[in-house]
Amino acid sequence: MLLIPCPYCGPRPESEFSYGGEAHIARPADPSALDDAAWAEFLYLRRNPKGPHAERWRHTHGCARFFNAVRDTRTDKILATYRTGEPKPETSK
Amino acid sequence: MPPNKQTFSGFALLRRAFGGHLGWEKQWRTPEPKAAYDTVIVGAGGHGLATAYYLAKEHGLRNIAVLEKGWLGGGNTGRNTTIIRSNYLFDESAALYDHAVKLWEGLSQDLNYNVMFSQRGVLMLAHTVHDIQVFKRHVHANRLNGIDNEWLTPEETQEFCPPISLDPGMRYPVLGAALQRRGGTARHDAVAWGYARAADALGVDIIQNCEVTGIRRDAKGAVEGVETTRGTIRTRKLGVVAAGHTSTLMAMAGVRMPLESYPLQALVSEPIKPIFPCVVMSNTIHAYISQSDKGELVIGAGTDAYVSYTQRGGLHITTHTLDAICELFPMFRRMKMLRNWGGIVDVTPDRSPILAKTPVPGLYVNCGWGTGGFKATPGSGHLFAWTMAKDEPHKINAPFTIERFRDGYLIDEAAAAAVAH
Repeated sequence: MLLIPCPYCGPRPESEFSYGGEAHIARPADPSALDDAAWAEFLYLRRNPKGPHAERWRHTHGCARFFNAVRDTRTDKILATYRTGEPKPETSK
Repeated sequence: MPPNKQTFSGFALLRRAFGGHLGWEKQWRTPEPKAAYDTVIVGAGGHGLATAYYLAKEHGLRNIAVLEKGWLGGGNTGRNTTIIRSNYLFDESAALYDHAVKLWEGLSQDLNYNVMFSQRGVLMLAHTVHDIQVFKRHVHANRLNGIDNEWLTPEETQEFCPPISLDPGMRYPVLGAALQRRGGTARHDAVAWGYARAADALGVDIIQNCEVTGIRRDAKGAVEGVETTRGTIRTRKLGVVAAGHTSTLMAMAGVRMPLESYPLQALVSEPIKPIFPCVVMSNTIHAYISQSDKGELVIGAGTDAYVSYTQRGGLHITTHTLDAICELFPMFRRMKMLRNWGGIVDVTPDRSPILAKTPVPGLYVNCGWGTGGFKATPGSGHLFAWTMAKDEPHKINAPFTIERFRDGYLIDEAAAAAVAH
């Protein structure tokens, strides 16, 4: 079980959180302008990197707020957490 | 190098026994990679080795290499719970998985290698009214597709699998089950070894400890080779069969995939005498269990919530599954678990695989089997070999393209598969 540092509440066990998938995927500003390939990219294509991964978490059984984390998918080590809307912080591998 | 002709007949066993079992030959060669091959498969798991075998056997291709970064059968082929069934809801999936079951039925003979395929039956337990409705729908859909699947009452369920508790006081009582009698298990390592041995005998070079680090493309964009930790290997036909690492490999050719990789866990108990006659799955409480011929209970747990390549997974996932197992089978409560492990599964948005050509000429991909790829091993290899040899899909795997996500033709087994996702 991961120990996840919620930016609002501090470190808490993974069982208090829900995973929200890859972070920083912005909803298209003009949805009707998108063709099928662009929609498929928005809906389905993911980076799925082997290494640092920016992802959304929600502290469901705590403050209930969404935030972002950078986690290394090779080790599951959480490199940083930050509030939604903030830019992805630089993390050294 | 002469092809491997060693057999395992009674006579051969007897002859080697008199020689103190010292006369057995290696079952496959350990060749050095050549500078070029007509066809290269990346990934020597069951699916990759089966692909190479059928390319050589059914399509007459020679000069094939299978590249493997670790050891053959050391990925998900050696990490699954060996369950085989084909009772999928949709026509496309039913055809795909039943193609595999039909090949399983003759596989030991075909490979001349005992893969210990045992059609002991797969029971899927219903615990709620909703389960009953969904499984009866499955039974009818399967019947229309010519696939055996039948509904059992609680009493019939217990008769088929006596260890099941019908205690009405259970949090999720057993209200019945769907049974596929042709389903069962096989020995996972033997599947990899059998395909490796048979492919090797047809001249396929299986190159282990050879990790692909790059995919080379020519000026027109077509595949012209791979960079590996053991040098450059030229090829015009490249098949990626790499499960959890597919998106990493495809990124080397500039192709983004609709995949995410998750750790999926399994565990085995201490070995005990034969007590458990079939495979039991329960999607509502997420547990599946069978007993191996060695006597261990083989138990499948769930995936972690998040993308990861660690081959571990959280302990709370396995304890959740063991809670369910102990509730269903109180007699297992005092058993000890010996080992648990994780495999990295590549999951598509619709939980159906991708077995197809790609936008890059000469590049083919077989991936997205998610949490249930082992059962498809022979069918997957057979159809992928067809696709690579003919440069067009077989009619069974034609719906399983990458483009279905763009065009909206999803094969949405996510809500319909045997296990809740």
